[in-house]
Amino acid sequence: MVYSPALSRRTLLRGAALGAGAFAVPAALVACEKPTSTGGGANEVTFGSNYSDAVPKQALADVLAASGVNVKVNTVDHNTFQENLTRYLQTTPDDVFTWFAGYRMQYFAAQGLSMDISDVWSEIGGNFSPALRAASTGADGKQYFVPFYYYPWAVFYRKSVFAEKGYSIPKTWDEYKALAAKMKSDGLEGISLGNKDGWPAMGTFDYINMRLNGYDFHISLMAGKESWEDAKVKQVFSLWREIVPLYQAGANGRTWQEGAQSLAQKKTGLYVLGMFVGQQFQGADYEDLDYFPFPVITEANGQDAIEAPIDGFMLSKSPKNVAGSKQLLKYLGGAEAQVKYLKSDPNNVATNNKADTSGYNALQKKAIEMVSSAKHISQFLDRDTVPAFASTVMIPSLQSFLNNPADVDGLCKKIEEQKKTIFTT
Amino acid sequence: MTIVVPDVVDEPAPRKPTRRRRVGRFTPRDVAVVGVLLGIPVALDVLLIWGPTLASVGLSFTSWDLVKPIKPVGTQNYEYIFDTYPKFWPAFQHNVLWLLFLALVATPFGLLLAVLLDKQVRLTRFYQTTLYLPVVLSLAVVGFIAQLIYSRDYGVLNAVIGRTDNPVDWIGDPSINLWAVLVLVGWRHVGYVMLLYLAGLKAVDPTLKEAAAIDGANEVQTFLRVVFHALRPVHVIVLVITFIEALRAFDVAYAINRGRNGLELLSVLVTDHIVGEASLIGIGSAIAVVMLVISTVFIITYLTQAFRQDPR
Repeated sequence: MVYSPALSRRTLLRGAALGAGAFAVPAALVACEKPTSTGGGANEVTFGSNYSDAVPKQALADVLAASGVNVKVNTVDHNTFQENLTRYLQTTPDDVFTWFAGYRMQYFAAQGLSMDISDVWSEIGGNFSPALRAASTGADGKQYFVPFYYYPWAVFYRKSVFAEKGYSIPKTWDEYKALAAKMKSDGLEGISLGNKDGWPAMGTFDYINMRLNGYDFHISLMAGKESWEDAKVKQVFSLWREIVPLYQAGANGRTWQEGAQSLAQKKTGLYVLGMFVGQQFQGADYEDLDYFPFPVITEANGQDAIEAPIDGFMLSKSPKNVAGSKQLLKYLGGAEAQVKYLKSDPNNVATNNKADTSGYNALQKKAIEMVSSAKHISQFLDRDTVPAFASTVMIPSLQSFLNNPADVDGLCKKIEEQKKTIFTT
Repeated sequence: MTIVVPDVVDEPAPRKPTRRRRVGRFTPRDVAVVGVLLGIPVALDVLLIWGPTLASVGLSFTSWDLVKPIKPVGTQNYEYIFDTYPKFWPAFQHNVLWLLFLALVATPFGLLLAVLLDKQVRLTRFYQTTLYLPVVLSLAVVGFIAQLIYSRDYGVLNAVIGRTDNPVDWIGDPSINLWAVLVLVGWRHVGYVMLLYLAGLKAVDPTLKEAAAIDGANEVQTFLRVVFHALRPVHVIVLVITFIEALRAFDVAYAINRGRNGLELLSVLVTDHIVGEASLIGIGSAIAVVMLVISTVFIITYLTQAFRQDPR
């Protein structure tokens, strides 16, 4: 009688402790592990997707459903997917995954985290331009990537504003500056810039560098092989500094969408951005939107390079279903799949030469013209260099440049110091 | 005497052995139960707190990108953050400013509101709810609200103060944006502190106030000399919360512009280097170790204070 309460309490506690332990341990294990797919047939291809927004997600699902391959899609939020990719590819990745061309692809290929698909390219290669082939090729000369669509960066404007004020398309850097200055004196706010998230200004840096120093220097600089204190780089910032006063004020506090709204409301006259700027324009305003290639700075380089980030697909290092995965890649590189996908998204362009362009709007048609005449396609600063360098060095540096464009020497010195550490770790 | 003593000892003697058996000696089952009960928290503590902490310290002396093997680099990461990385010292200063603002402005203001609301003003429930509401908002909502209020082109604030011709860039100007964010952070902190003090004030014995009034103290004197001291346990909690808030400051800055361009914070820098594709684990860990050292200083100061005052 005396013992029984104590005993029962002890038993209870022990039970509770074991119970807690039983819950805690598996929970901890589950937390470390990525949810694995259950079951799955032998001919199933697993597909890791970052198409997490509702419209692209549905469009991709429709495309995959028509592939003739049994695909199991595992969709992850776009940013989360990007942030966890290194870990994901080393644990139990899906057979096929969505990714970006250029350095970002080459990085994972060089780590041996992606399978060589040169055999796929020997079949579908004829459908892609040499620039697209180069953007899909790793440092070892083999292909690792199938391009799906791209979106060019250019200078966007409204046709009605140009017609009303009698502006003409600037061909050279001097004409471009003169035009922006004219807009300021006409009561517009000049050039839109929404750099709150840090990346939109990168497009302007890339273009000035490629126009001034050429594509090869730009890519070599991005790969960490050139010094940021080189006079060539300093001149990029010196040129850029000339147009900083012609931007609308407060660039670092504005989202790219707000910058697009300024253009849509005819408050500003020009905007260097990707074709996705069209998402902010509806109906007649969309019809009124147009663009021209970034102006010429030196005759030698002309307008031979274009910035057009490419999204596409890669294989993980050892897919469970290699044959099915490659079949799926061939399908996704095909004209039919790309056209089907782009029906839902008119702000991108198919990569396949044979894609039916009859359904394209004027902006898409112009993009094909621009990209097919370009000798080089760059992938945007944050895709052409080490991610750590882009996010922890270039974003803060470009933001401080826009706040204080005077100190180019100090800026380049700081970038170079940080670059040395980041590229050697 | 000699007879009495055995008598006294004798009497409880039959009981003592049984007591000893129950309390003093552990059966194997007791040992097992105690082992499990202590073992689980200790194991979790080691696994979830000490393990990662020591791992961070270790990793801060290495270079690792999650793919290639871990490579020891000595103090190179610390040299990088202290000498080369231009955002480290601004972030450090911002954390200090954050702490000073919360401790010297937001917390006293929360106390003031609590005292006012404790006076049974009309609609007191309404005010309490209104002031506490921001505490329950998620960080995404706060970031969204910040954009609506502070946006240079479309924000409410510029419209309200009539600066539409030459609007203030509340978020983009690095000399102002920290203060704009601190107002938001203070807005959340004040509600929290107010609620804690309000609960504390309700618990203060009203006879203390009556006694003070009888002694001729006016309202201000009663509060400063009597009630304020009676709130000591609440002060300690509020102080700890304020320190924690300042050190872990992250969410609002991150929601507004990912903690850049004037809104750098140590926690954001750690995230930038470790989470995401950047994968500069060594550098991120070095910044985390700096945060650990700062928190440890606060924790030790707090614990010595708490233990010294405890006996009273």
